[in-house]
Amino acid sequence: MSPADPLSDPRSPETSAIPQTRKAVAPPEAAAEPFVAKVTVRNLDFFYGKARALKDISLEIPQNRVTAFIGPSGCGKSTLLRTFNRMFELYPDQRAEGQVILDGENILQSKRSIAEIRARIGMVFQKPTPFPMSIYDNIAFGIRLYEKLSRAEMDARVEGCLRQAALWDEVKDKLGQLGTSLSGGQQQRLCIARTIAVKPEVLLLDEPCSALDPISTAKIEEMIYQLKSDYTVVIVTHNMQQAARASDYTAFMYMGEVVEFGMTRKIFTAPRESRTEDYITGRFG
Amino acid sequence: MISLAAKRRAVNAVASALMFAATCVGLFFLAWILWTTLRFGIAAMHWDLFLKDTPAPGDGGYGLRNAFVGSVILMCIALLIGVPVGLMAGTWLAEYGGRSRRARLVRFVNDIMLSAPSIEIGLFTYAVMVDPLGHFSAFSGGVALAILMVPIIVRTTDEMLRLVGAEMREAAIALGAPMWKVVTNITWKAARAGILTGILISLARISGETAPLLFTALNNQYYSTSLARPIANLPVVIFQFAMSPYDNWQQMAWAGAFIAITFILLLSVTSRLILQKSVKRP
Repeated sequence: MSPADPLSDPRSPETSAIPQTRKAVAPPEAAAEPFVAKVTVRNLDFFYGKARALKDISLEIPQNRVTAFIGPSGCGKSTLLRTFNRMFELYPDQRAEGQVILDGENILQSKRSIAEIRARIGMVFQKPTPFPMSIYDNIAFGIRLYEKLSRAEMDARVEGCLRQAALWDEVKDKLGQLGTSLSGGQQQRLCIARTIAVKPEVLLLDEPCSALDPISTAKIEEMIYQLKSDYTVVIVTHNMQQAARASDYTAFMYMGEVVEFGMTRKIFTAPRESRTEDYITGRFG
Repeated sequence: MISLAAKRRAVNAVASALMFAATCVGLFFLAWILWTTLRFGIAAMHWDLFLKDTPAPGDGGYGLRNAFVGSVILMCIALLIGVPVGLMAGTWLAEYGGRSRRARLVRFVNDIMLSAPSIEIGLFTYAVMVDPLGHFSAFSGGVALAILMVPIIVRTTDEMLRLVGAEMREAAIALGAPMWKVVTNITWKAARAGILTGILISLARISGETAPLLFTALNNQYYSTSLARPIANLPVVIFQFAMSPYDNWQQMAWAGAFIAITFILLLSVTSRLILQKSVKRP
């Protein structure tokens, strides 16, 4: 990477060396390709008040791969995703029990500050949510939380993020305009650029394309493909074609459980479980 | 036998006619009030109103300068106290209180305050400030107006902040931003037009208040900018002058009323424009 590239991450060169000795559900094909778990979920239960939304979930999210969570509405995909950055803690009646392990550390009981965890695990939401400020400041806001950069460094960083989110050419002449002045697809790419600006290790995408047209969706899928060399990507999607196109691994969830988890190719062509097959072929959900 | 569609059309026509009539009644009185104020007010306009102080009983001449200055001072005090308190309370309700029992209680009390008779607020301020201090003062007048202002600002701030989607808040928190930064950098900015409008509306509301000032700022025949002494102000001057037997005083009451109503009109129009501009964002 060139020195101008702001996203070469100095923080985690050693993470790839983490040995893979977890008991959780690893894809059976793991042996077929080098599989390094970035996030390991172990015996995770989740409650909305008294309602149990996730039931004893265990799985491993591979590093530098795209993992998709699919399943019918209400199956717990987004809930699972929101435990990864402890987003649920905003709501007092929600709680998680079990372990979500990032690089060997259970983030649900981490002594680290919540800000540090959220800096390492970025999240993009269903609806594009540009902040009420300029395009430039939308990106700079997150960076300023953690780093003090000179104007030139900040400019370079902002440009780098926008390039990585495939948005630079469209906005380079109007960085001072409001983020809300962009189209929906551009707004969502701005949100992704903003998220990668704080150099996360894991990128959580919660149905990032469900509010977008097919062309914008294609652009974002292309971008996701590019992003996986630098990040571990987890994407929740309702769109099975999207999971098939964009992901390396797929977890099919149903009623708060992971029914099947494996390489996307296998899940979509030769699922082991009949429920997976029924869902994929459109028989329910 | 009439068809269902015909019946619906008839009901629609009757309902529309009733609503139109109700609107006309409202607008008729509004227009009448405005017209009367305009007619007598403009006739009574005089440059001396802005340059001279209120004349003594029986003296001729015009002058409202001390009342204008006093009203501006009172409004500034009210803004200085009311805006921070209202803004912070509204922010707490929307961002931290949410739907908790405590927040619901505060909202309920605030709604009562919103419709509290202003004369009661005047009596309250008299009891807690004027009486213990032993004299009427501009400051206590400003406090009384601030108490009237706060519930309006709390209500609008709370509602405007709650209109900002949970997604926006979550997105900022997901970046690891602490709550105070989310509020000051994101949600206040997103809701700023609505919050500013609420402040302007509250200013319009208090600018014509007379009753609370009778118990607090009282009035002053002379020019004064002291916060510790009674201060002249437009509403009380209008009230006194309109009731007086002197012709020039009555004229000045009309002129004062006209200027006050113009000020409120401008505030309302400005707040409308601000709100409209913010909604028009693509």
